[in-house]
Amino acid sequence: MSFRIVGTGMYVPPKAVTNDDLAQIVETSDEWISKRVGVKERRISENEYTSEMGLKAAEKALEDSGVKVEELDAIFAATVSGETSSPSMSCMIQHGLGATCLAMDVSAACSAFLFLLETAAAFFALHKEYQKILVVGAERMSGVLDFTDRSTCVIFGDGAGAAVLERGENYLDSVMTVKGGDDVIKIPHGNGSCPYFIREQDTPYVHMQGQETFKYAVTSITQDITTLLDRNQLTIDDIAWIVPHQANKRIIDFAAKRLGIAQTKFFCNIEKYGNTSSASVPIALDELAKSGNLHRGDKIILCAFGGGLANAACLITW
Amino acid sequence: MVQEKILELLAEATDTDASEITAETAFADLGIDSLDLTEMAMQLEEEFSITLEMSPELNTVGKLTEAVEKLVAEA
Repeated sequence: MSFRIVGTGMYVPPKAVTNDDLAQIVETSDEWISKRVGVKERRISENEYTSEMGLKAAEKALEDSGVKVEELDAIFAATVSGETSSPSMSCMIQHGLGATCLAMDVSAACSAFLFLLETAAAFFALHKEYQKILVVGAERMSGVLDFTDRSTCVIFGDGAGAAVLERGENYLDSVMTVKGGDDVIKIPHGNGSCPYFIREQDTPYVHMQGQETFKYAVTSITQDITTLLDRNQLTIDDIAWIVPHQANKRIIDFAAKRLGIAQTKFFCNIEKYGNTSSASVPIALDELAKSGNLHRGDKIILCAFGGGLANAACLITW
Repeated sequence: MVQEKILELLAEATDTDASEITAETAFADLGIDSLDLTEMAMQLEEEFSITLEMSPELNTVGKLTEAVEKLVAEA
């Protein structure tokens, strides 16, 4: 017993920042970013906090599903760029919705939406009375970026994505891997103002080793998709879409090449939104669902990778 | 064998005629960036069953060839 996805929603802030806009504040160019990352523009929040974007995506997912707030048994949310460490973002979204159900966050960086789905599946299995769970990934990545570091600030964007899950049988399989450590990707907290703590800390922004991240990402996508296909005795022809974490178009293209899968099988919208971390998979899933190119009964694979290092993929019947 | 494979990968990545690339050719001069190099390293790892750590010092065809040949010999 697992779940089926009965509604999706997304929200991105209205301000679009183009590559040319960024070239005004950091040494870069539209050509460089387009070629090396695949991003043309990203949305940047001017006055909305992360949980407020998450709330808007949640409201859209609920509307899409026809599920009422009072029907929810749990809200699970994820972010690496929330406006508060406490309360958790899920509690802020719960408050905004006027919900009274369980609410908690799961932390797994860019892979977090996959971890939310797995957590939801576990709760459906454990709590036989649970019927509906809301999952939300929301990020204000612009708040954890160093806008003098051209290697990172051009990659990310802000936004939120959500899905409403209903007890069902459509979450068919999943694979999750965590390697541990902060040497490849990290976002440190600030050190605070304690006069007794003397250890130096990196700046509280995204720090990423580009080549190692690329290698890890391509390897994880390749292995996770192969595992799901093999374990379920499927071929790529049985899969309607692969919805990957939108980290870098080149990661997706190279993984497709190594897998021998057409790039068109991978749903991509990174050129519009950049890398929105935990929000990227649900935003992509919502756009795909609303595009009319995803049909009930289709088998799809969601896959993600990121800080942790944590990567995951799942096989779903839409 | 190693250099042939590297030339093949470079020609594919850059649309450059392999005959125009020499051991002294710097990757930067071919417009190869760090992610191109990572892609190439992963393909070389698979081809020769080695683990290749890319570093800024491996910046020419000759230096990369030498490093891969050494790893192949040790394997």
